[in-house]
Formats: sequence, C-alpha cells, structure tokens
Amino acid sequence: MSIAIRADLDLAHTGEPLANRDEHHDTSDNTLLGFWLYLMTDCILFASVFATYAVLYMNTDGGVSGKDIFELNFVLIETAALLVSSITFGFALICAKHQKRAATLIWLLITFALGCAFIGMEIYEFHHLIEQGNGPQRSAFLSSFFALVGMHGLHVTAGLIWMAIMMLEVVKTGLNKRSITRLSCLSLFWHFLDIVWICVFTVVYLLGAM
Amino acid sequence: MSFLGKLTLESIPYHEPIIMVTLAVVAVIGVIIAALITKYKKWGVLWNDWFTSVDHKRLGIMYIVLALVMLIRGFSDAIMMRTQQALAINGAAGYLPPEHYDQIFTAHGVIMIIFMAMPFMIGLMNLVVPLQIGARDVAFPFLNNLSFWLTASGAVLINISLGLGEFAKTGWVAYPPLSELSFSPGVGVDYYIWALQISGIGTTLTGVNFIATVLKMRAPGMKLMQMPIFTWTCTWANILIVASFPILTAVLAMLTLDRYLGFHFFTNAGGGNAMMYINLFWAWGHPEVYILILPAFGIFSEVISTFTSKRLFGYKSMVWASGAISILGFIVWLHHFFTMGSSANVNAFFGVMTMVIAVPTGVKLFNWLFTIYRGRLRLTVPVLWTLGFMTTFTIGGMTGVLLAVPGADYVLHNSLFLIAHFHNTIIGGAVFGYLAGFAYWFPKAMGFKLNERLGKAAFWCWQVGFYVAFMPLYVLGFLGMTRRISHTDNPDWNFWIYFAAVGAFIIFAGIILQFVQLYVSFRDREQNLDTTGDPWNGHTLEWSTSSPPQFYNFAKDPHVSDIDCFTDMKEKGEAYQRHDNYEPIHMPKNTASGILMAIGITAAGFAAIWHILWLAIVGMLGAFVVFLFRAYSNDHDYYVQPDEVAKIENTHLDKVARGLI
Repeated sequence: MSIAIRADLDLAHTGEPLANRDEHHDTSDNTLLGFWLYLMTDCILFASVFATYAVLYMNTDGGVSGKDIFELNFVLIETAALLVSSITFGFALICAKHQKRAATLIWLLITFALGCAFIGMEIYEFHHLIEQGNGPQRSAFLSSFFALVGMHGLHVTAGLIWMAIMMLEVVKTGLNKRSITRLSCLSLFWHFLDIVWICVFTVVYLLGAM
Repeated sequence: MSFLGKLTLESIPYHEPIIMVTLAVVAVIGVIIAALITKYKKWGVLWNDWFTSVDHKRLGIMYIVLALVMLIRGFSDAIMMRTQQALAINGAAGYLPPEHYDQIFTAHGVIMIIFMAMPFMIGLMNLVVPLQIGARDVAFPFLNNLSFWLTASGAVLINISLGLGEFAKTGWVAYPPLSELSFSPGVGVDYYIWALQISGIGTTLTGVNFIATVLKMRAPGMKLMQMPIFTWTCTWANILIVASFPILTAVLAMLTLDRYLGFHFFTNAGGGNAMMYINLFWAWGHPEVYILILPAFGIFSEVISTFTSKRLFGYKSMVWASGAISILGFIVWLHHFFTMGSSANVNAFFGVMTMVIAVPTGVKLFNWLFTIYRGRLRLTVPVLWTLGFMTTFTIGGMTGVLLAVPGADYVLHNSLFLIAHFHNTIIGGAVFGYLAGFAYWFPKAMGFKLNERLGKAAFWCWQVGFYVAFMPLYVLGFLGMTRRISHTDNPDWNFWIYFAAVGAFIIFAGIILQFVQLYVSFRDREQNLDTTGDPWNGHTLEWSTSSPPQFYNFAKDPHVSDIDCFTDMKEKGEAYQRHDNYEPIHMPKNTASGILMAIGITAAGFAAIWHILWLAIVGMLGAFVVFLFRAYSNDHDYYVQPDEVAKIENTHLDKVARGLI
C-alpha cells in the first residue's frame, strides 16, 4: 500500500538473495507440488468417510434422521462464513504477493475470525445434538455424521492454528519467500476445505433435509 | 482411570514360558549389540551419521535393516505355526494355546506385509530412485527421514506388544465385529490399529515425496519416458500409495472411534455395517499388493536387461502395463469377499476385472523372455532370483485366475488354497524381487560384492523350500482344510502338514545362509571391493557413481539423452570424465527432528493403546513442538566447496582408472 510498508519488504531475512534460493532443496516449487499431492491424499481420506456416510446414513437404529435434526438456516450462515473466508484468504495472498504486510495481516485476521465463527457454530451444533441425546453413540447414521463433519472441523481447526502461527511469522520475519510459500500452501489447504465443505453441505445437509 | 491407564504388572505375560524365553533372548541380543556399540564407541556415528541422516542412501539402508530384522520376527512366527500344526494333529493340542496361536498368525501377516515387505521395497526405492534419475536427493529430505522413523515407530509398537499385553487375535485384516470392543476387549487390536496407523502415515508421506521427486528432480534431458524402468514401477507404486493409504487411515480411524468412543460404524448394534470396513480395508489392501509387486517387477526388468547386456525389450509396453495394473488394481477389491453376499452380477464384474489383470502381467513376462532371447544371460544371483520368480510367480498367477472365478472361490475361499496362492505371489513375486534387488544393488550401497556361492545356495534353499512348504497347502485346500487352524484331527491331512513343515525349515536354511553370506562377504570385503562403481556393466545412472556413492551423488548434473543413459555415456566415451572446475553443491544438513518427532508419536501411540491420556497429550505436543522448531530454524543446509568436490571426484576417478585396467 504505502511506501513505508513496501520498505518493510525485506528479502534479506533469509540471509540470502532470492535468486540463489532456487537451487535449494525444498524449493517453493517442489513444496507447492508436494503439498498438492498431500491434499489429494486428504481428498481420498474425505472420500472414504463420505462413502461411509452414504452407506450408513439410513441406519438410524430407530433414532433421528437427517430430516429431524438439520437446521438449514443455521448451516447456511455457517457455510457463508466459510465461503467468505476463502475470498478473504485470497485477498490476503494477493497482498502478500505484493509485499503489503499490514494488509496481509488484516485479511488473515478477518479470515481467522470467520474460521473461528464457523468452528464455533459447529461446536454449538454438536453440543446441541449431544445434549438432546443424539450423540455419535446413538446410531450408525449419527456416528458417520459426526465423523464426517467433525473431521472437516478438525481440519479447519488445524488450519486456524496454522494461520495463527503464520500471522506471527509474518509479523516477525515479514513476507519473504519462505513465508509466502507457506501462505500459498495454507491457501491451498483453506480452499480445499471449502470445496470439501460444499460437498458436505450438499450431500449431508441439503440432501439430508429433503 | 489410574495414572498408567490400563497398564499394570499383570500386562506382562510372565506365565507364558515361550514368550518369556523369547523376550530373554531378545534382551540378551540387545545387550550384546549395545555393549559392542559402546565398546567400539559407535553411538556417535550411529546418531550423527545414520539416525539423523537425511541422505536417501542411508535411509534406504536403514529401511532394509529394519526389514531384515522384522523378517526374522515374522519368520519365527511362520516356523511356530508350521511346527504347531505338525505337532497338533490327530486331536493333539500342540505346544501353543489357541489364544497365542491366534496372535501369532495375526502378527505374522501384519509384520510380513507392513514391516518386512514395505520397508524392504521402500528401502530399495530410497537407495536407487534418486540415483537413477540423476538427482542429489529426494524432493523433501527431512520428510524422508521422518517417514522412516514413523515406519520404525509402528515396528516398535508391534514389538512391544510381544512383552506387554497382547497382539490382535483377529487375523491380519482385523475384520469387525470380531475386532470391535465387545469381542476383542484387550489391547491387541489397539496395538494393531496404532502400529498400522502410524507407519501408514509414514508410507503416505513417502509416496508424496517420491512422486514430487520424479516429477521435479530428474536430471536435465531425462524425459518421463526415459526414466529407468525401476523408477517407473516405483512411481506407479507411489501413485498407488497416495491413492490407497488414506483409505487405510480412514478405516482405522473409524475402527478407533468405534473402540474408543462407542461409535457404531461397524458394530452389530446401533445400525453399524461391518461390510463397510471390509470394503474399505480391501480398497486399500488390494492396491497394497500391487504396491509390493510393481517395484519387484522393475527390479527383475533391470536385472534381466543388465545381465543379458541388452536393452529391455518393450520398455514402453512395460511402463504402460505397470500403469494398467495400477488402475485395474483399484477395481478388483471385491474378489477378497465373493462369498459375502454381493449379487452374481457384482461378483462377475470383479471376477472378470481380476482375470483381466493377468493380461498386462503376461505382457511383462513376455517382455522379460524376449529380453533374454538371443541375449547372453549371465547366471548371477540376481538372475537366479529372477528366473525363480518367473516360474513361481506364473504358477501363483494362474491359481489367482482360478480363484478369480466366483464359483470356484465359493469352494476354495478361506482354505489353505488361498494361503498357498498369495504366498506364491508375494514370496515368489515380491520377496524374490527384493532379494534380487538386494544382491544387485548391494555393491552400490556398501562398496563390495556379496559372496556368489552362498548367495546361490541361499537362493536354492528358498526356491526348493518354497515349493515344499506351499504346494502341500494347495492340496490341503482341496482337502478342505481352512486357514487359521491351531490343531486338527483328520488323518488325510497329516502327511501334507508334515510336508509343509519340512519346507518351512528348508526356507529357514535359506535365510540362515543369507545372513552367513552377509557375514562372509563382509569378512572378505577387501577381495570383493567394487572399485569402479559399475560391477555389472550397468545401464543406468546409479552405476555411474562410486560405490558407495558420494554423499552428493553427482558432482555435475548428468545430461540424459537415452533410456539406458549410462550405457549411452560409456558408448560415447562420456563416462568417467574429469572436470577442471566444480560448482559448490548445496546439501541438506542432518537433523534430529525426525527421530524426535517419531519418539513423541510412538509415546502417544503407546499411550493410546493403554489409555494413558496424559502421555498421549505429552507425546503429541512434544512432536508438534519439535516440528515447529524445525520449521523455524534456518540452519538446514550447507554448501560443499568445489575443492572438496574435486578431491573426492579425483580419488574416485583414480580408482576407476586403476580398476578398468
């Protein structure tokens, strides 16, 4: 943004000029590809749990089914929080690539807050269900529901912890090649969780509430 | 819950003499090894040069050492089962109580597949793939170290189960509802879960690492379709790893939730569906067998091509056949449970798909035969393993096609026919392949050749022993003997059970001969030094380095313009060139982060098994803190200076010059 912020841009934090780092092991190119590959393994992890949900969602054991417990309006707000957080992360990454440290941090903070809102709402939903006696021990449907949505929630939580650490890193060391690579990985992770959530929203909530 | 969770003094099986004697022997051997290391002051070397190493070659060697140690453990289980069955005929009880026998056959399966075959395969891959593609290391050297220690962590947990508590009594597949808390209340299944879970994550990371390596780290000029065939088959195996191991992670996590938090995925109550576990397990388990066999196919291809001094016949068809096997490997899983209630049409589809896999495999076999045709095959040890494989694996493949017929499977499933079939393919295919690779690349890794006579003797013991041990199982299968039986009472079976036991001891002789071979070769290493780095007149880049290779692998990036790149260089006179000026080489530093993280995770796994909450938290937090330290230290790498490179290279080239004369 301002010249002052640009002056902050200090590539020398890593001790070496950018050009030389390309021949390093763990170059950002390799890291991004490796992270992509990791995300694909994560995708298969989710696919396995989705498949399990698809097989078990009718096994309610005389208990509640999706129609009885899903509150679509609530989930819609939850979904909106997560989807908007993907956009704000996108802004953060654009700012990071333009070496705007303060703006990057602000957008990351907004993303973090939206992520926290999402997780908070999910915890509320889980708590509510368990309180009513519809916990994961009740039936195979609820087991697979809690596992699928909970696994996504754990991923988002991990993403939030990572984001908090990245904000500290950006404050301390600035936007150098290393932190930008890491932010790019986190961005892939965050968008990936968004896509997974769209599937969860559709398959679990929308189809389940029908 | 008490401070140590479910762990009490009663957890030590001191009333089981067999286990206690085993533990005593292991303890004595451990003390002797520790004393020797102390005496020769090698703890520092072990820690600084090996445990903390990020060098793919050293990690490869450590993987193979782990595999050999676990081979001894898994084979002890095998000998115990064979002797138990031989003693417990005509209604006799034998020497192993049923609950112990059940643990043994479970441990045998898990160890042989997850902790013997997998580390052996990944070890060879670590050792060879970066060298074959002309890279200085893998894409993520630290991650590679971590992967190894996660694998070792699983191995440690499964070995602890021997002396503390019990192992699963479920068979290596741990099918629910038997593996659920209501039918397996002990810690056995928990050992199973956490050993597999932790090592499985290590394997997934290896897969990611090596795919990134072959995509990003190839030497200049090497196109994908110029990668050596072993690298290609490993790449297919890695694709299978990243596509299938997460399914194992997921299914084990679900079983964990069932057992620890009372979920109802696979339970009888609450609407659970055990078939879901079985489907998911084999959606991982079937690709897993191709993960084991494809690299072995690559090894046979390298061996045949090198020792006939010919280019591999049908390189492209070999690559695509491996790809076809990889894809088909994902759509056959249901043949593991034809009898479990699918409709005839579903069974027919999976039966046909299973048979179709024989086609690309047949393509490979003919490629090897055509490579031998009109070549001058040198009958070295790796070639013997390859020829033994070609006959043995073909038989195993044909019994596999037989089992792929759902109707026949209804008769033969769960019988010893099945056991004979999969040992026929896994021993005759994968294990023979790794042992061929072991003999083939040993001089590259260690700098001296293995004793040829003892190697051949070991091969013949394995080969003969295999047939004597497993052909009777086909017969017993037809006679109706099912698997996992601890004692029998059928006079018709006795002869064949004895027969098989004899075979197990012949294989035992083969294993002993291999360890003798290692000892003798080490003792006589001065006479068998590989001074040129190219003992077999090899075709690919790993043979262009010294033996063992320089820690930076290549002083200058090799330029690749042919599949048999090193042969091409030798023909053009470009091999062994001296250079006047070298550039600084950038190298990763060794790090203790991997082993420290794995120690934390092992502690957490152990704590999870015994329900010790505080230790689980401490272990995971510890691992996370080490990870953060690693992520935020800047001391990761260093440069090897040109004069040092020049010194190392010139010493090697002088040796080569003397060796070639």
